[in-house]
Amino acid sequence: MARVSIRINGVVHEADVEPRLLLVHFIREVAGLTGTNIGCDTSQCGACTVILNGRAAKSCTFLAVQCDGSEILTVEGLAKDGQLHPIQQAFWEKHGLQCGYCTPGMIMTAYHFLQMNPNPTEEQIRHALEGNICRCTGYHNIVKAIQYAAELMRGGAPAATPAD
Amino acid sequence: MFPATFEYYAPTTLEEALEVLRQNPEAKILAGGHSLIPALKLRLTTPPALVDLRRIPGLAGIRLEGDHLVIGAMTTYYDIQTSDLVRQHVPVLAEATDLVGDLQVRNWGTVGGSLAHSDPAGDYPAIMLALGAEVRARGPQGERTIPIDQFFVGMFTTALQPGEVLTEVRVPVMPPGTGAAYVKFPHPASRYAVVGICAVVTREDNICRQARVAVTGATLQATRATAAEQALQGQPLNPDTIRAAAERAPEGLTIVGDRVFASEEYRTHLVRVLTRRALTAAVEKIR
Amino acid sequence: MVQAPERPLGAAVKRREDPRFITGQGTYVDNLKFVGAVYLAILRSPYAHARIKKIDASRARAHPGVLAVFTGEDLRRDGIGSIPVGWLLPDIRLVPHYPLAVDKARYVGDGVAAVVAADRYTAYDALSLIDVEYEPLPAVVDQEAATKPGAPLVHDEAPNNICFKFVLSGGNVDQAFAEADGVVRQKVINHRVSGSSVEPRAALAVFHPATGELTLYNTNQNPHLIRLLLALTMNYPEHKIRVIAPDVGGGFGTKIYLYPDEVVACYAAMKLGRPVKWVETRSEYLRATIHGRDHITYFEAAYKKDGTITGLKVTTYANLGAYISPFGPLIPTFLYVPMLHGPYKLPNVSAEVYGVFTNTTPADATRGAGRPEATYLLERMVDLVARELNMDPAEVRRRNVLEPFENYQTPMAFVYDSGNYPATLERALELVGYRQLREEQRRLREQGRYIGIGLSTYVEVTGAAPSQIAVSLGAQAGLFESAIVRVHPTGKVTLFTGSHTHGQGHETTFAQAIADQFGIPLDDVEVVHGDTAAIPFGLGTYGSRSTPVGLTAAYVAGQRVLEKAKRIAAHLLEAAEADIVFEGGRFFVRGAPERAVTFQEVALEAYVPRKIPADLELGLEASAFFNPTNFVFPFGTHVAVVEVDPETGQVKLLRYVAVDDVGRVINPMVVDGQVHGGVVHGLGQALWEQVVYDEHGNLLTGTWLDYAMPKAADLPFIETDRLVTPSPANPLGVKGAGETGTIAATPAVVNAVIDALAPFGVRHIDMPLTPERVWRAIRAAQTQR
Repeated sequence: MARVSIRINGVVHEADVEPRLLLVHFIREVAGLTGTNIGCDTSQCGACTVILNGRAAKSCTFLAVQCDGSEILTVEGLAKDGQLHPIQQAFWEKHGLQCGYCTPGMIMTAYHFLQMNPNPTEEQIRHALEGNICRCTGYHNIVKAIQYAAELMRGGAPAATPAD
Repeated sequence: MFPATFEYYAPTTLEEALEVLRQNPEAKILAGGHSLIPALKLRLTTPPALVDLRRIPGLAGIRLEGDHLVIGAMTTYYDIQTSDLVRQHVPVLAEATDLVGDLQVRNWGTVGGSLAHSDPAGDYPAIMLALGAEVRARGPQGERTIPIDQFFVGMFTTALQPGEVLTEVRVPVMPPGTGAAYVKFPHPASRYAVVGICAVVTREDNICRQARVAVTGATLQATRATAAEQALQGQPLNPDTIRAAAERAPEGLTIVGDRVFASEEYRTHLVRVLTRRALTAAVEKIR
Repeated sequence: MVQAPERPLGAAVKRREDPRFITGQGTYVDNLKFVGAVYLAILRSPYAHARIKKIDASRARAHPGVLAVFTGEDLRRDGIGSIPVGWLLPDIRLVPHYPLAVDKARYVGDGVAAVVAADRYTAYDALSLIDVEYEPLPAVVDQEAATKPGAPLVHDEAPNNICFKFVLSGGNVDQAFAEADGVVRQKVINHRVSGSSVEPRAALAVFHPATGELTLYNTNQNPHLIRLLLALTMNYPEHKIRVIAPDVGGGFGTKIYLYPDEVVACYAAMKLGRPVKWVETRSEYLRATIHGRDHITYFEAAYKKDGTITGLKVTTYANLGAYISPFGPLIPTFLYVPMLHGPYKLPNVSAEVYGVFTNTTPADATRGAGRPEATYLLERMVDLVARELNMDPAEVRRRNVLEPFENYQTPMAFVYDSGNYPATLERALELVGYRQLREEQRRLREQGRYIGIGLSTYVEVTGAAPSQIAVSLGAQAGLFESAIVRVHPTGKVTLFTGSHTHGQGHETTFAQAIADQFGIPLDDVEVVHGDTAAIPFGLGTYGSRSTPVGLTAAYVAGQRVLEKAKRIAAHLLEAAEADIVFEGGRFFVRGAPERAVTFQEVALEAYVPRKIPADLELGLEASAFFNPTNFVFPFGTHVAVVEVDPETGQVKLLRYVAVDDVGRVINPMVVDGQVHGGVVHGLGQALWEQVVYDEHGNLLTGTWLDYAMPKAADLPFIETDRLVTPSPANPLGVKGAGETGTIAATPAVVNAVIDALAPFGVRHIDMPLTPERVWRAIRAAQTQR
């Protein structure tokens, strides 16, 4: 067992864990934040994407012990004071989700991507989503949502987040 | 899926890491983990211990040293892709890095992990081969430099000795008159290379002074396509000579196919086509 | 975003389910936590076919953290039976399907033993400690080969591995062929695919020993059906079982059935008296969750010189896999053969279908289910006829599609409810700029570039449908849907529906329809679904039936509520009931709109009676079991535009145009979303997706590293348009919209690629059109020339 302390959405979670415990299980089972989903075994689907020390990360491809002392933002940490983050708002407005299972990963990938590239082309958005699989939307409205979110974020001030 | 149990070590100095490796000869080194952790989850590998290099300062970073770009083993794809030094001195590396894995993988996968893993479909092994890089490693016997041509020994096997740690990669700055390109045919699911070709061409008076062509995806480990290189060397650079050289690219290579997506025969064909395209693009980029 | 107009029905209202998903508050099964819960893992056969000689679980049982290990024998000893078949065909060969194998393992992934442990890591550790002695047996994978003498037998009870033979015809096929100007023949393989919802399956079984109540939280599309099948399999009283399908992360047909794993979870919970959670890994999903399609078909089509197609003969070998999945027999029969007239006049069709056992994962409904197979065959047929006659494929379609109609009796079986096929065909051609595209194609070919234009004109069947007919044809369950509309004293409404939403957006669209019906704000309607304890009964969501059947049930219940409300309003307004008019949320006396009471006032009166007499029953709610009188038949035309790199065989999608008619539309934004997703599912099959076994039955596509689904970077935006031909089969005029895209897209893309390769003489390529297959087809065609 190893002592691990990880700050998630501004709250420190400390626990003794087996070294083999995956970060995604730490987030879901130890911190009790179940917004981050698991969709595959092989790091393809991106449903488990979170922001780890400022960068999008597939939390199924990290051990919790590797992340001791790290700062994580999950989908639960995006909205501030009841205000949805512009990306959340955009996914809602543009019907960027159906079953909702891939959605947290899509949103967190978009979160990092739009920080790197606030004014992306359609092609750049599609390229940024290569690590995220959606089976419901055909990605059509996800791309539209990210385009719209970029617009919202360029226009207004996005909510500050712990990982900023 | 769920990894089997293992001991976890997170040394904070390289010396400490080497000592842990000495005491745990079956241990695996954990860098970015983006190849190792999926393998652990599927229990394709069940090492008794992991030695995480993340806590060792100084293993990540990019600097210019004479005519070499020195990239620390723990440097991520993201850092390479966004590095001005890389864009300026080895632009093909920045361009090609955008084709590696996906956004999340590029954020966390490392150059050292990629090379030490010697994945037969990895991108960096072929790119570094074509660029003529060198690998620096530290082990019980001290430090040594391994020319990249001697580094990839087989599928998931490199010239690294037990207990040795890859510390940095030294990439020669692209000399004047040189152009380079990486052309990748990605697998639709994994986004690994079905075939990837990296070509680096140096031109003098419209004659090919040197060509380095490296293949990934089609062979058990990344390999130089020496027949194509030799065919081009000393030749004028034009579509005919490039085509002729590309036709010879598979010569001497043991090309391996799979039963679902791309057979040996098709990959052999792709090696030719992509070599031609990579050489053509490389020549266009000569500056 | 379109602003909600006065009437919510037909408006692009933002979905009410979204806030919980975009903030990470979805209640998927694996998110549910119970005190004392333990974890189940299933040991699966690594062999496609093997006799189980001995299972020694002593090492696993001794492993710290392991609570129990169960085998098939344990379950049988405790009275757990075989999973029932949901659709019985004449002379079907029934074989048992026990939740854990007892004598033989019959496919890679067949459950052999189960471990319950304190946590999931330990449960998976323990799997490797179960020692199973297998005697590997020869396996059979190809369903046509499986019917030949000498093939290994999957079940001793089924000679030649044939589960059923299904024959149906309409018209006079022999005459059509005798009088034909020409005949095209083709073998087409509609290969095996995986629905691959991003959420794998999961089960959480909770048993209360004191009350005997068993609750199963489960990733499924139809909790009542699961409860019924569970009761039958476990020999446990149905009314003691509660099944809850909370938020479900996509179904695509793969979550309709009762699977072995769920039964084992319930069994373990009852045995141990602890909540038992099982969550499938993706590797398990690809082995243990049903696959779809997998037809080998030989067809011949008779045609006239003018392009009229007059006859079609079809022989299909449908791979059922190793066991009969509950609706496995339905898909390649009644959902396939009667649709072989397609949208065409095509008057003479005959088909025979062999349902065949093989050593593969059981096959059942996957988005489209039977209709994609029929449409693919028909659309390839039309293009092949066009090729033979050197006619434009659009023109051949023009000459064959039915004229606009209402209630058209097809020669074989179905009565198409309503259609205007020429209209969607012409609209799609116009939208894509067909004529200009053909010119561009010609121009580009001269430059050595190969673009292709592929059409798919389809009709499909949704909203299944008259229960008595279905039962007479073999259904073991009705095909109705139930609803309760409950008006609360404040005039707020709760709709309880037997339909289940797992992405379709019923919480929004059903509420839109009810709010519209009652003239009340959308926010005043709540939709409850997915819980057998809350809803009287339900057949659930599959086959695009929720809107035409489930919502219609809600509408019928709503009408009953309004009838009673009128009676109450009559008392409040002191007028004759016959004189009460309901409009825009108000009841008023005919001719005197100022003498009015609101819906809310009537609701209050129903619970707090002031004026209504004692003989009028209090309360304001109604239930309905809607049993449709007919199926409904959405239709449309899709056009795919691709470019093929002739050197590598790689296909790039340039454009995709979808013109659909799904009857009246409740929420256009949601319907567009269904089309986008459906199209991408269908083109995924055309280009990338395939489940592949080797000849020994080993699964070669066992993870998402190998099973290739469309990604954002592979796709263009989908261009959609819609026409509206209301259905006469239900009061709302609606049809289903969830599968149209999938059904249409596969042949559109394949036709486009083959069209691109026409200059090479390529006539047909079997899916998926991987670069290598395209490259080989070009080479083969060139060699032939």
